[in-house]
Order: sequence, then C-alpha cells, then structure tokens
Amino acid sequence: MLKFLLRRLIVAILVALTVLTLSFALTRLSGDLAISIAGPNATQQDVEIIRQAYGLNRPLTTQYFDWLVRAVQGDFGESYFFRDRVANLIGSRLPITMTLGLVGLLIALVVALPLGIIAAVRENSWVDRTVMMVALIGQAMPSFWLGLILMVWLGLNLDLLPISGTGGPEYYVMPGIVLSFSAIPSLMRLTRSGMIEALSSDYIRTARAKGLSRLSILVKHAFRNAAIPVVAIAAVQLGFMLGGSIVIESVFAMHGVGYLAWESIGKNDFPVVQAVVLVLALIYIALTLLADLLNAVLDPRLRTA
Amino acid sequence: MSVTVVPGTGAARRLLRNIGFVVGATIVGVTLIVAILAPWITPYDPFAVDLVHRLVPPSFMEDGTPANFLGTDQLGRDYLSRLIYGARISMIIGIATVITSGIIGTTLGILGGFYGGRMDDVVMFLITARLSIPVVLVALAVAGLLGSSFILVILVLGLLLWDRFAVVARSTTMQIRTLDYVSAAWCAGSSQASVLLREILPNIATHLAVVATLEMALAILLEAALSFLGLGVPAPLPSWGLMIAEAKEYMFFTPWVILVPGIALFVLVLGVNLLGDALRDLLGTDLNR
Repeated sequence: MLKFLLRRLIVAILVALTVLTLSFALTRLSGDLAISIAGPNATQQDVEIIRQAYGLNRPLTTQYFDWLVRAVQGDFGESYFFRDRVANLIGSRLPITMTLGLVGLLIALVVALPLGIIAAVRENSWVDRTVMMVALIGQAMPSFWLGLILMVWLGLNLDLLPISGTGGPEYYVMPGIVLSFSAIPSLMRLTRSGMIEALSSDYIRTARAKGLSRLSILVKHAFRNAAIPVVAIAAVQLGFMLGGSIVIESVFAMHGVGYLAWESIGKNDFPVVQAVVLVLALIYIALTLLADLLNAVLDPRLRTA
Repeated sequence: MSVTVVPGTGAARRLLRNIGFVVGATIVGVTLIVAILAPWITPYDPFAVDLVHRLVPPSFMEDGTPANFLGTDQLGRDYLSRLIYGARISMIIGIATVITSGIIGTTLGILGGFYGGRMDDVVMFLITARLSIPVVLVALAVAGLLGSSFILVILVLGLLLWDRFAVVARSTTMQIRTLDYVSAAWCAGSSQASVLLREILPNIATHLAVVATLEMALAILLEAALSFLGLGVPAPLPSWGLMIAEAKEYMFFTPWVILVPGIALFVLVLGVNLLGDALRDLLGTDLNR
C-alpha cells in the first residue's frame, strides 16, 4: 500500500507542476499581457510603462521561472486592482468558499445517503424509481437558475433567508442547497449501487442467519461496506464543488475566492485569476489524494495490497 | 470505475419499451427540429426591439396578449422567438463540443488502453491533470482574456470536456484488445491503424455514445452558466443562459421572466440525460465515477 500511495503522491506533485505551468500559460494566451492590462484606451507609452513595471519585457522563460519559484513559496505577486498581496486576498476569501463547500457537501450527504439506502433496500420498486428520478432532476438543474428561483421563493416570497450577500450562517443556507445539487446525484447513485452489492453478499446472509435485526444489518454491516467508495467520492466531489463555487458565489454575491476570481477576470487582474485557478486546482489534487488515502485506510482489503 | 462490454440484443425493441428513452428522445428530437427550423417557425424576429411592449406576460397569464405566446423581454423582444433561436445555440454548442472533446478523448483513451505501458501512463497523467483544472473558472478566464464569442465557447468546452471520453475509451479498449477478433485482424495482416479504427473503435462506439449524451448535457449547462456570467455567448444572441441573466433584474417583480428560459434549459438537459440513462441501462454499463 505504501508503494501505491507513494506513486500517487509523485503523480500528484507532477500534476501540480503541470497546473502551475498551465496557469502561467493561461495569462499569456492573449499574446501581449501589457496591452490587456493597460486596457483599450491606453497609449503606446502607457503600455510601455506597464511592461517595465510588471517585468513583462523580460524573456518569457525568465518570467516563467520567476513565477514558478515565487508560486511554490506561496507568493503570487500583487493584485493590480486591490493594492494588496494576492496571497492575502485569497487567504481572506478562502474560508468563505471552504465553508460554503462543506455546507454543500453536508447537505448533499444528508439527502443522498438515506435516499440511496432506501432505493437499494426497495430495489426496482416505485421508491427506487422515484429516487433515481430525483437524481436525474438534480443532474439537469442549472445551478445558477436554481439559485435565482430560491432567491425569489425563499428570500422574497417566504422571507425565510437573506436574498444574497456575505454574512452569518443564514447566508450559507441557500447557496449550500444549490451547491449540494451538483453532488447529490452521483453520491446517491453510488450509495445505491454499493448497498445493492453489499446486501446481496455472503456476510449479510450470515448476519440474517444469526437473527440480527434488520436495522442493525443495514447500518452496521451493509452500509459500513457501501460507505467506503462514497467517502472517497465525497472528497473528490468537494473538490468539484469548490471549482463550481464561482457560479454560485457570483449569483449570491458571496465574497469567496470564486467571486474574487469573477471580479478579477472583469478587471483584467491576472495575478489574482492565475492564483485562484492554481489554489482551486491544488485543493482538488489534495482532496483526490485524501480520497485515495481514505480508501486505503477504510478498506482492509487494500491495506495489504 | 468499471465498464463491461456486453453486446446489445434486441436493442431497438427494448429501447422503445423504456419510458425514459421515449421521453428523452422526444425532448431532444423536438428541440433539434425546432432548432433547425428556427427561421421558418419563429413568429417574430428574435432581435426586433419594441420598447412600447416591454415585459408583456405570456398569453396564458393575466395581462398577456395572444400576440406574444410567451410574452416579451425587457426590450420588448418576443420571448418565444428568442427561446427558439436559443435552442439553436444550445444544440450547436452541445453537438460541437461533443465532437471536439469526443475526438480528443477517444484518441487518447484508445492509445492508452491499446498500447498500455508508458503510453498509458502519459494518458492517465493527462486525464488526472485535466480533472484538477476547474473548468468554469478557466473557461471564464480565457473568455475574459480573448473576448467572449460563440466559437470560443465551443473551443474552450471542447478542449476541456474530453476526460470522460478518455476514461471510458481507455477502459473499454483494454477489455477488448486481447479478444479473438482483434487477434484475428492482426493475423490477417491488418495494420495498426486499421486494427484501431476498424476493430477497436466500432466495438467501443456504443459506450462512447453514452458518454456523448452525458457530455452534451454538461456542455449545454456550462454554456448557459458562462453566458449567464457574461463571458459566454455574447449579446444580443439569445442564449438561454444570457436570457436568464438579462431577466434577472426583473425576477422579483415578474418571476416568469426567468422561469421561461430556465425551464427550457432544464427540460432539454433532462431529455439528453434520460436518453443517456436509457442507453446505459440497455448496455448494462456502469459509467459512474
């Protein structure tokens, strides 16, 4: 198992380096970055000043290695717009995005696990079919649209929750619900298929033969085994949800890193955009690594492999 | 993830008995026909501004007029006409993205799955690297840098959504590369290219079709999200996502303005997914990651 994890770690580091390179290349896509920063109304002189000030007149390879060395140390430069270190900006916004992601994941698990289990127990019944239909509906729901609908319904008509903004716990409920929709279908399907497999296995038959209660069999024996892949996928899903937070944060005007990135794209604030892409990718890489580790720790069969 | 290759038996008959398939195929079929026939079936020019008749409710609501079945938007443009042209945008984005990403992903997947070894390591690495890139963020950043356009959305989504094609093409190719008919083709003296294109590709095509539906649904949703955030299909093109964004200001007073394009988007994506699910059930494959 150690060998497997070591291999995964090396791949993760290589992927991180690739993403570092890509996020550098991303900002150089437009050809001349200085012209993009200066904006459409800038004179030739302005562009030249900017090129000097940001070191864009140096050879591309020098710029790249400079960025690489600094980025590895957690130094993403200075924001063109906010007059602050990019690292500080991200550091202050990241807790909001992380909280939102965790709230979304929590809601998704609370909905997906029971429904997945019920569907598996009543396989091929109308309950099962209804649950699968819920999964399909969740998959087809445009998140930004659902957000707007909830704003009108829960925020305005029922006046239950704040419509948008950043603030206390109540501000996380609606965005959390919207975000959970993207994770519910896959978590539910996985719980269901895992439970179906577990329930038809030999150890469940043994447990039944021993006369254990139905609930005890379901929770203690079947679910414990079905949960292994679900836990691993939940970590990966959290990574995807953080990546998708840009849409939801923009809809609800929550000032997390997603909103920061969206704002910065509009203002041509490239150091910030570049850093947010990198940070979200690194978090995803770390979460997939965690998923592999969890899989290995939770599943005794993998421990000896 | 695991994919098993099972040949379909009596496929067409079983498909027609599947309610999900019938509903899904109807939704996608109707949308496709509407999209193709758009210039001939729209009651009005989707770009024609009529500032006197702004935000007229749909004809079945209070204060609605029979002249505009789904009402008009904030600039007095006929909502039904815009919705029909919007179907065009969604379908073109969906199909073009699937073709682009399908070619990239399938090529990588077959190469990795067939040759194994170093080649497979490289392909697996590319898939892992691709998955770690936040799609929406990168797509928005590219659009912000290069200026948003219809073609750019297709290109960016096509270049980003190939991962599932690669994963499925790789694992299915691995399963069939040692089967008898592949060996027979080798013995008969077929070239490598011929084995890959004439033996492997046709036999994994059905699995790729399932992926294609999933990716098409995703591409349509992503285009709408990008356009909603103002960096996808540019105005005045009637992308459904853009229609929702433009109507957002008025949703607290007249909620139907976001309901109409939103429901259209939801129903189309649901239809594409239903189609994919029915295909998957038929093939007995498990493509869930």
